[in-house]
Amino acid sequence: MLFSGGKDSVFACHRAMEKNEVACLITLVSENEDSYMFHTPNVRCTDLQAKAMGLPLLSWPTCGEKEEELQDLEAAIVEARERYCIQGVVTGAIESVYQAARVQKICRSLDLWCFNPLWQIDQMEYLRLLLSEGFRVIISGVFACPFDSSWLGAELTNDRIEELATLQKKYQINPSGEGGELETFVLDGPLFKKRIEILKASKSYDSYRGRFDIKEMRLVEK
Amino acid sequence: MILLVDLCYEKNSLSHYEFVHPIASHLNSSGFVCRITHFTDVTRDALDLYDKIILCGTALKDNYYAERLELFSWMKDCDKPVFGICAGMQIISAVFGGKIVPQPSIGLERIKIIRDSPLFGEPREIEGYHLHNFGVTLPEDFLLLAGNRGVVEAFWHGVRPIFGIIFHPEVRNRWILARFANL
Repeated sequence: MLFSGGKDSVFACHRAMEKNEVACLITLVSENEDSYMFHTPNVRCTDLQAKAMGLPLLSWPTCGEKEEELQDLEAAIVEARERYCIQGVVTGAIESVYQAARVQKICRSLDLWCFNPLWQIDQMEYLRLLLSEGFRVIISGVFACPFDSSWLGAELTNDRIEELATLQKKYQINPSGEGGELETFVLDGPLFKKRIEILKASKSYDSYRGRFDIKEMRLVEK
Repeated sequence: MILLVDLCYEKNSLSHYEFVHPIASHLNSSGFVCRITHFTDVTRDALDLYDKIILCGTALKDNYYAERLELFSWMKDCDKPVFGICAGMQIISAVFGGKIVPQPSIGLERIKIIRDSPLFGEPREIEGYHLHNFGVTLPEDFLLLAGNRGVVEAFWHGVRPIFGIIFHPEVRNRWILARFANL
């Protein structure tokens, strides 16, 4: 499971666990904040999410440069195949043909299955489904107009989803944030054996770009 | 009502979210009623319930449907509009005497529509999403709608409303699904 800790990879993992066995999570830790492929805010926090879900995590460094990061991704998948005998890769891709086609090509070259259970999903329907299935998601980064600092660290609620629907109509933003408008972090969900509680975090924000950096967190019994 | 035939390797597979749900979701939101049935459960009698039939695609490594082509013999005398997407097109080709041939392609490609048809309208170029290891040869009496004889992007039976396209209309070309549903 290609895993960033954001809502899309967590929900895709949930779908995969309903149908198949998930052997491990793979997180690419990018040194480039503007990576084309990999979600970056709080990506170093995926180890606690993996513990919460009871799954092993393969954390793999990448420089985050456009084509080299694909080689890093392939190397990480090869390592996962050696360590965990994986037969396929699952991603949380929704709309990005750029991401999906590249992962498909890597899987083809390695003779692995590729699954994208959120592919082309209706985004508003998907956001509502996240809440109805019991996921707790916070906004961990905003990177586009008109998002203000109030979004940073805010939990995704029905009201926030309605706001996103309004912003989609007014500004043509991608409501699930797959265009890079916003990033998320998952604190709890049906596949979590324990939930995550944030103890300390900081916000930085300037000109429609901001991050919610988690400094301290812990697992809590559910 | 439109029948969506799930061609994935098993019923309710992880792949069906990717290859069947987006088509159902788009058609439902456009006001069409759909029902999904796995290809191993399609019977001639059950086809009477439907106005049109869409054969959906599969994952790149999933070619199980090609081992069970006998399950699609109903298509030979089916008088309803049939639309095959990727794996679905491969099945139509094989049922009507064409061949499924190795022809891998992944990603966005320019698609040259060369013939006017109820499915596409006028000839022009569009961009389509490829995700296949196999392509097809053009069955005898079928008309080439897009691509060329070496790389068949789309075909039409010509007499009966049976169409196939190798690219995925659920990605950036949902208008094609609506045009088929409105035939």
